[in-house]
Amino acid sequence: MEPFKNLTSKVVPLDIANIDTDQIIPKQFLKLLGKTGYGEYLFFNWRYDKQGIPLKDFVLNSPVFSGRQILLTRENFGIGSSREHAVWALKDYGFKVILGVSFADIFYSNCSKNGVLVIKMDKNTIEDFFSSKINENFEIDLIQQQIKINSKVFDFDIDPTLKNYLVNGLDEISKTLELGNHIKKYEDKNKVSVKSESMI
Amino acid sequence: MAQTLYDKIWDNHVVYSDEGSDLSLLYIDRHYVHEVTSPQAFDGLRINERNVRRPDLTFATVDHNVPTTNRSLPIVDQISSLQIKALENNCKEFGIRLFDIHDKYQGIVHVIGPELGLTLPGSTIVCGDSHTSTHGAFGSLAFGIGTSEVEHVLATQCLWMKKSKNFEIVLNGGLKQNQAISSKDVILNIIRKIGTSGGSGSVIEYKGNYISSLTMEKRMTICNMSIEAGARAGLVAPDDITFEYLRGRVYSPKNELFDQQMDDWKNLRSDNGAQYDKTFSIDIDNLAPQVTWGTNPAMTIDVDSAIPSPDEYSKGNDDEKKSAIKALEYMNLKPGLPITDISVDRVFIGSCTNARLEDLIEASNAVKGKKVSSNVKAMVVPGSQQVKIAAEKLGLDKIFINAGFEWREPGCSMCLGMNPDILQAGERCASTSNRNFEGRQGTGGRTHLVSPLMAAAAAIAGKFVDVREWV
Ligand code: SF4
Repeated sequence: MEPFKNLTSKVVPLDIANIDTDQIIPKQFLKLLGKTGYGEYLFFNWRYDKQGIPLKDFVLNSPVFSGRQILLTRENFGIGSSREHAVWALKDYGFKVILGVSFADIFYSNCSKNGVLVIKMDKNTIEDFFSSKINENFEIDLIQQQIKINSKVFDFDIDPTLKNYLVNGLDEISKTLELGNHIKKYEDKNKVSVKSESMI
Repeated sequence: MAQTLYDKIWDNHVVYSDEGSDLSLLYIDRHYVHEVTSPQAFDGLRINERNVRRPDLTFATVDHNVPTTNRSLPIVDQISSLQIKALENNCKEFGIRLFDIHDKYQGIVHVIGPELGLTLPGSTIVCGDSHTSTHGAFGSLAFGIGTSEVEHVLATQCLWMKKSKNFEIVLNGGLKQNQAISSKDVILNIIRKIGTSGGSGSVIEYKGNYISSLTMEKRMTICNMSIEAGARAGLVAPDDITFEYLRGRVYSPKNELFDQQMDDWKNLRSDNGAQYDKTFSIDIDNLAPQVTWGTNPAMTIDVDSAIPSPDEYSKGNDDEKKSAIKALEYMNLKPGLPITDISVDRVFIGSCTNARLEDLIEASNAVKGKKVSSNVKAMVVPGSQQVKIAAEKLGLDKIFINAGFEWREPGCSMCLGMNPDILQAGERCASTSNRNFEGRQGTGGRTHLVSPLMAAAAAIAGKFVDVREWV
């Protein structure tokens, strides 16, 4: 995984609550075998009409917001299907940070595995961002756990282990494999097994 | 200290705790794999020259993409076919048991795990699919994971997890309740009351005399939709009904071993005085059949009432009000319209929520000797080959076919429409599945979630009916 670098960007305001992963990436695009190439299908059903023409009033289609790397959303983002394709699509499109009030558990952990930083903030702060900070620069500093907007500082929380993985771009699987002794010990003690059909 | 069932299963599976962090490394007893969320994980293994640590604890099937039509014909959709082929190759390369498209045990991953006796009490189970929560009905800690986690489990048989909160839902009453009310109505009603984020960050344990009175199949329907309430997992303490269900299944422990394990399983219940972070209770008596009217499963109402206005629904929450307005527009419905005035174009009886044998039996009760309304296209997609075979033994296929239903081969089918079974834009469907999100069953399609009996009755009547008047 690539390390997460601090960044400064304006936000793309997606002012809808309870956005599910079926909207983020509809199922017809889950048939690819790789992790890239999903960006053009992000929010497909909201972004294009039946003929595939971009819908003018959807935020991602507005030139004002193009190139921005932070997605600002509301409550309960990423609910529903566990498809990691939703994160691959957001990342492939260019989002590095998702900012909102609350996130579905599986979506949150999927983001952290792909170097996408998810920041939870309280409802009033998010409301303030939507109503008065859409065109401000957000300076995201993961090490300090801070967002700076016009010299005003907002702190955020993140699990220290997740932060370490993001900051250093660590590969979680190799870290776990270093604990091989512990895993082996557990398996020996608990005799984990399933008899195969041929033995039944 | 008094522990909950979740605490106990958790403690039994901690391999390592990371100091200074909330994360623990948990051992995974069963890993179920399907064709859509696994190809990138196997690629990751190959790129890093890693192996599958425990192929013997890993089981794969094809369900999401597979056509539900005649299996002797080639698959028309080239990309689906590629994904199915990729899974076959990956399972061969890494030595994983695959229940492929021609296997007598093929089916929806959450239907076959329990059916084969792979899902056992007290175990930890993961799958790259959010409805893995289904298996919690057996008192196993079961949850959906993303593809990176699939790769992690393949490589290490473990997963880093943060412990969730304990959420207790007590279901009382219901013992003398109307035959027309099913556990699907119960879980829809719970989601309606606690909301789609009501269970966020928690594992829900279902308790109370209603849940203990239910068969395993009905408990699975409830645990299945725990994810729709935002919870990562649902749990029911195992009991005699659980043990009898498991005895003699293909992979269940055999004979004395089963009895020995059963003695351990009997301890899998929350201690008296165990603390929960959250509690909710619900009375099942007097519950009406439930129907969703909007685009998330909390947008649910009694069949004998009318579509609510956005204000009634949102009770002062602005975000929810906006969601309701958007949902009504998408669903093309107006506040005040009685549910029983809504006609349907399609009926889908299927999915890991409601495509087990009992579901099909219940649905057939509304169908026997009747005809599907001439305006409706209806289909039944059994959850697995085993369900299909058992249903055919009972003659259910004939009942459905004679009434005008299509009787299909097992798979996820129109639950998510990755195969050719989809709604056309504007079509309205009574569906026994679990998600009514925009476009879930096909772009522009409109989904109403209901129980199998309600769906079957809607097929006959051509509109929603109050099934309490039917049985
Ligand atoms: S039936 Fe639907 S919910 Fe169940 S596993 Fe298949 S796609 Fe997922």
